[in-house]
Amino acid sequence: MASTINPPAGAGTLMSGSHILLECLVREGVDLIFGYPGGVTLPFYDAMYDHQIQHVLVRHEQNAAFAAQGYSRATGKVGVCCATSGPGAMNLVTGLVDAMMDSIPVVAITGQVTSKLIGTDAFQEADTFGITRPATKHNFMVKHVSELPRIIHEAFYIATTGRPGPVLVDIPKDIFQGSTQYQPVDSIHLPGYKLYTEGHTGQIRRAAQMIWEAERPMVYAGGGIIHSHAHNELRELVELADLPCVNTLMGLGALPGNHRNFISMPGMHGSYAANMGMYNTDLIIALGVRFDDRVTGRLNAFAPHAKVIHVDIDPSEISKIRNAELPIVGDAKKVLTKLNKVMRELEPEMRAQKSSARAEWWNTIRGWMEQHPLKPEFSVDEIKPQHLMAEIDSISGGEAIVTTDVGQHQMWAAQLIRYNHPRLWINSGGLGTMGFGLPSAIGAQFACPDKLVFSICGDGGFQMSIPEFATIANHKLPVKIIVMNNGYLGMVRQWQELFYNNRLSEVTLDSFPEAHLLAGAYGFKGKTISKPEKLRPALLEAVNEPGPYFLNVRVTPFENVYPMVPAGGAINEMVLGQPQPVAVAS
Amino acid sequence: MLQTLSLLVENKPGALMRVVGVLAARNYNVESLTVARTLDDTLSRMTIVVDVEHKVRAQVVKQLNKLVNVLQAADLTEERSVAREMVLLRVRAEMSNRTAILKEAEIFQARVVDSSVEGFAIECTGDPEKLDEFIDLMRSYGEIEVTRSGLVAVTLEPKKLRLATPVPMGAAEEEEQERVLSK
Ligand SMILES: Cc1ncc(C[n+]2csc(CCOP(=O)(O)OP(=O)(O)O)c2C)c(N)n1
Ligand SMILES: [Mg+2]
Repeated sequence: MASTINPPAGAGTLMSGSHILLECLVREGVDLIFGYPGGVTLPFYDAMYDHQIQHVLVRHEQNAAFAAQGYSRATGKVGVCCATSGPGAMNLVTGLVDAMMDSIPVVAITGQVTSKLIGTDAFQEADTFGITRPATKHNFMVKHVSELPRIIHEAFYIATTGRPGPVLVDIPKDIFQGSTQYQPVDSIHLPGYKLYTEGHTGQIRRAAQMIWEAERPMVYAGGGIIHSHAHNELRELVELADLPCVNTLMGLGALPGNHRNFISMPGMHGSYAANMGMYNTDLIIALGVRFDDRVTGRLNAFAPHAKVIHVDIDPSEISKIRNAELPIVGDAKKVLTKLNKVMRELEPEMRAQKSSARAEWWNTIRGWMEQHPLKPEFSVDEIKPQHLMAEIDSISGGEAIVTTDVGQHQMWAAQLIRYNHPRLWINSGGLGTMGFGLPSAIGAQFACPDKLVFSICGDGGFQMSIPEFATIANHKLPVKIIVMNNGYLGMVRQWQELFYNNRLSEVTLDSFPEAHLLAGAYGFKGKTISKPEKLRPALLEAVNEPGPYFLNVRVTPFENVYPMVPAGGAINEMVLGQPQPVAVAS
Repeated sequence: MLQTLSLLVENKPGALMRVVGVLAARNYNVESLTVARTLDDTLSRMTIVVDVEHKVRAQVVKQLNKLVNVLQAADLTEERSVAREMVLLRVRAEMSNRTAILKEAEIFQARVVDSSVEGFAIECTGDPEKLDEFIDLMRSYGEIEVTRSGLVAVTLEPKKLRLATPVPMGAAEEEEQERVLSK
């Protein structure tokens, strides 16, 4: 099905660099660019003026990168962003590093000063190529207009294949302006770009054997499942051998949140059952994960009894942190398809072997789940943050897109809202970038105009992206902006409270803008609530509003996120709740 | 421990920067790095010596292989290979010890490349330990100035160069489409 690839314009037509660029973007199936113009991109913006590709003017380049990510995370397609040279390109950098950390396919187009001026400290010159080298999977600088088609298609190819990631193309002004006879590219040749997708058949067979033989297996599935569209294969595996499965912060939705084998999220703010499961398992089946320190806690106390099967498309992830007894380099979907087949072949002979140990393992896990469930807290006087998430969960029913910012609200949204499909949960996992929540929701809503999109932000991070209210208003995007307003940089406050003697240094957020005035200033509705009985009606009002809605929810200020594995702690030694005062015996 | 790597790299803009950047970002200590064109002038050969813990050796190779412009990164540390370095040094020599210096140079199969009233400029190649000894020895004759090339190495084991083959335009998108449709 080559339907995404439009037939190229006739070979040999004399075209400007700008038009060639647009033509290549069309061939790549791009219909939307998030960007911000400037001096050196003027020729490109002039060509876009009457072109079919839609350009969305964000209000800060960082948000162009985040919106492109939101678009990509919601669909799996490449997100495209564009910025001018110097300051514009520099503003993209955070968004690119963020995409790099979470393996999101983004292509960034940046303008550069005219070739002749490069290296002269020209006006708005920055070494974008040098500065973004470690911020991207790969980057390019176009030296001649005739290279443009090859470079653009290579950029898309690199961004989407293997382990996805951001790719930047830096284009000097004279390249946009120059013209040449357009020669459409018909193949990509990158001799050094090696892809390992199939997975070793022998290793896959051994993996199936190990899975059937394990007494306390645990599937540890992450973002790789989502990137690879392998959620159905994951589900098949889990159901086939009745395996318990945790999803990482990046992998939420890989197995439906309402699936009976889903044991929620492991890690620093993971559930008791997930962490105890990871601690006590004898076989970790790691699928598209990278043993992040926020998951493992102290390494020598992480899954000390377990063997590890590690499936990843990036060979450098395997045995980077934790040695894998059985490495499989390959694409999760391809490997799981083969694995499931072998699992079935072995089933008749193997299923019964460990059935009683497996049953006992499930009992233990269910026991942990009942002992310390992830359950919301309620109060009659105040809106508890967990209450807010529970209501959003109930309205979403596991079907809405939820983007978050970074902090306490992010963790509660991960713990308490179900995601019954991949690509519903959109957050900045690896870099943890505040300011991500609002612009990523813009991208997601553009990508999925008919879907309900919640953008849940902290009162801190929300203010980092406030200018995007204009973009939302401009396009009447029906994003439901929910600020979980605790009056603090909550996550930092939590650490100061727990680990710095409650010396709350620079974490108070006074002077939050009046919600209805702020939203009103942009021409849409806004409201502040603080009473629990107002919560559900207010959320329903927001959801029923055809356009954007800004709901500022004042919640209990001093609530902390639990369970918590303190940094560098062992995952089985979670702090389960606020330390209680201890009665002193008289 | 010291790890010797041999890289075949495309001469594309920024290729050297990418290699050095990865080594720095991953906290691998670079002992030496040499780079020059190969017979095919679109490619360069780099020999890199890093000082890393034994258990990260495989990581170093994987990280370098991940770079789009790196055609091959190989670990020569335990392979059959030949490694050489060159030193150019200037030694101040009094009339009284000039003959002795020349004798020593001969023992190390070093060559005098310049001679003046102040002293000699000498070129010596060998493995790094041999050069260390030679430098120590020369120092005992007086003030010296030293430039070392860094290691160059060649493997003695025939290696297949596995390269990615051209992919038709649109192949990746087609595969992506199939994935999405096969839900
Ligand atoms: C750009 C950026 N700066 C600083 C931080 C450090 N940081 C992590 S969470 C947090 C507090 C976030 O506060 P808020 O947005 O109100 O969310 P809350 O934790 O209260 O839910 C801060 C400052 C960060 N993650 N990103
Ligand atoms: Mg807050």
